[in-house]
Amino acid sequence: MRNVQTEREEMSGAAQYSDERAREIIAAHMGLEGPAMPILHALQKEFGYVPDAAVKEMAEALNISRAEMHGVVTFYHDFHRAPHGRHTLKICRAESCQSMGAERQARAFLDKLKLDWGGTTPDGALSVEAVYCLGLCAHSPSALYDGEPIGRVDAEMLDEIAAEARD
Amino acid sequence: MVKIYIPLDMAAVAMGADRLAAAVAQEAAARGETVEIVRNGSRGMLWLEPLIEVETPAGRVGYGPAKVKDVASLFDAGFLAGGAHLLNIGIVDEHPWMKKQNRVTFVRCGVIDPLSVPEYEAHEGFKGLKRAFEIGPVAVVEEVTKSGLRGRGGAGFPTGIKWKTVADCPPGQKYVVVNADEGDSGTFADRMIMEGDPLSLIEGMLICGYAVGASKGYIYLRSEYPIVAKVFQAAIEKALEAGWLGKNIRGSGFDFDVELRIGAGAYVCGEETSLLESLEGKRGIVRAKPPLPAHVGLFGKPTVINNVLSMATIPMIMEKGAKHYADLGVGRSRGTMPLQIAGNVKYGGLFETDFGIPLGTVVNEIGGGTRSGRPVRAVQVGGPLGAYVPVSLFDLPIDYEAFAAKDSLIGHGGLVVFDDTVDMAWMARFGMEFCAIESCGKCTPCRLGSTRGVETIDKIRNGMDVDANIELLKDLCHTMKFGSLCALGGFAPYPVESALRHFPEDFRKPALEAAE
Repeated sequence: MRNVQTEREEMSGAAQYSDERAREIIAAHMGLEGPAMPILHALQKEFGYVPDAAVKEMAEALNISRAEMHGVVTFYHDFHRAPHGRHTLKICRAESCQSMGAERQARAFLDKLKLDWGGTTPDGALSVEAVYCLGLCAHSPSALYDGEPIGRVDAEMLDEIAAEARD
Repeated sequence: MVKIYIPLDMAAVAMGADRLAAAVAQEAAARGETVEIVRNGSRGMLWLEPLIEVETPAGRVGYGPAKVKDVASLFDAGFLAGGAHLLNIGIVDEHPWMKKQNRVTFVRCGVIDPLSVPEYEAHEGFKGLKRAFEIGPVAVVEEVTKSGLRGRGGAGFPTGIKWKTVADCPPGQKYVVVNADEGDSGTFADRMIMEGDPLSLIEGMLICGYAVGASKGYIYLRSEYPIVAKVFQAAIEKALEAGWLGKNIRGSGFDFDVELRIGAGAYVCGEETSLLESLEGKRGIVRAKPPLPAHVGLFGKPTVINNVLSMATIPMIMEKGAKHYADLGVGRSRGTMPLQIAGNVKYGGLFETDFGIPLGTVVNEIGGGTRSGRPVRAVQVGGPLGAYVPVSLFDLPIDYEAFAAKDSLIGHGGLVVFDDTVDMAWMARFGMEFCAIESCGKCTPCRLGSTRGVETIDKIRNGMDVDANIELLKDLCHTMKFGSLCALGGFAPYPVESALRHFPEDFRKPALEAAE
């Protein structure tokens, strides 16, 4: 069953966006070589997504065009350009999990929530994303709920997560 | 004081190890027992996770898979003294699964406290680095070359040649980069070693940096491994505190720093040039080679880029010498391969063995066949870009060349077992779909070919001009294989072609709509 002790990732969308805060976060990373990825992770952790205004600030700080910066943000599956659900459930649909019926199980779960991959429930509680391997392949099917790994996921556990996310 | 081990490994945690550790601590306190709970790596017997180990005079006794509800009965059974219990598996080191292995890279994994520098040192840790300091950089590169170590990331390129190329570049800024973007389904060896023995990777990087003249090392870790990020960052800090990182390491005059970077969900960043672009803060677009990263790598500087397992094996090679390692294995596949047994399998886990063991032995004898109890139909070896191998080829030995001769690959050593309910046409379609999702978009065969592949397989599954479309699909696979810039587009056809070759009947039956 699921694991209550694991430290969960911070719930997304915790802080309201401000240019000032974005500039602080960017400045804190400017000493790194190739700071863009660490900055993007930090921005998303703070605001729950990477707002367009922050992309503009980053482009200025890194002295590259906004188009180029936009290209970086949109290349990576992890970075969201709009506010995300309060909780994130990543369900693995790679081969190992498919060998244990993950595809069918995930499809039924998504249908129940009337979502497609990457969608968020209308109340903003839960985003469900596809992930391609969590390295838990001896315990397929697997999932990651707000950073907490879960092995041998079944339909009942998925329903439990959806209910918990609503609370 | 009784020492109890409960893994911090992500797979163990996914099965409740954190909750179990808390319950054991609580129960011990309630019963007035003094215990020390060490959070170790996993032993690799993943079907037994969470596996509790108790240190006794006879050795470490294992109990697994243990749940919170078992804790009270474990105490009642006297498990702190190795007492009998339904979950008791006996002395862990004597377990047949452990006895059959030859643990070289994973020798410490699950045995030691991963975040204890003194324990690492007590288990031969940093001996390889000390020897490297004694024999000097040139001899280190020679030693690695002689060991025959080939990159464990998938391509199997000789590690020593990479190092020599970078070492031969003029002095100046050089980098050591570790590829920890372990994205292949069915693989978790990098994750396990970074959680269970992170200092071995740090030591490998130090030896590499010393040998090639680099003072900075990066680890590019995938974001899907949050526990690795925490454990590895803590290991870096421990190594710094102990003086094994930083300036003038142990009076050698050698400076080296290590920095952990986190990816952002792009599979293609496991391709080395795409990884370098991502580290630089760009889109993870594959670079054309040449120039090789060894000449023009990270930020345009000479760069060694190695897989986690290759790098973590280096300390042992340096400690015991090239010959010891080269004497293991078969043909041009020297040393050991940590196999990862996964998917629909009874005994899944990490099994490190000399090269040469037949695939069928791994799947049926070690893995115990399918978890569902149905017959095995196919095994995908080497991740999403690896071929599906039918049961008729189960005598194939685990050996780079033997697999290549059958249009297959070993890759990173992951085996995903499927039972007879698998629809191979659907899996072929998924292979193409995955390539389409993850393509970096730079080259046309991969970017467009993968999407055309999905469409063509859909037509075949819908019974439209099946013969003509199968021919078209084969042609498309050929174009992708020989026209793509990197292994993503170049190898994505392997699962598709192998499905067509070994399971043609699945492409000629009404589609199993349930699979969608």
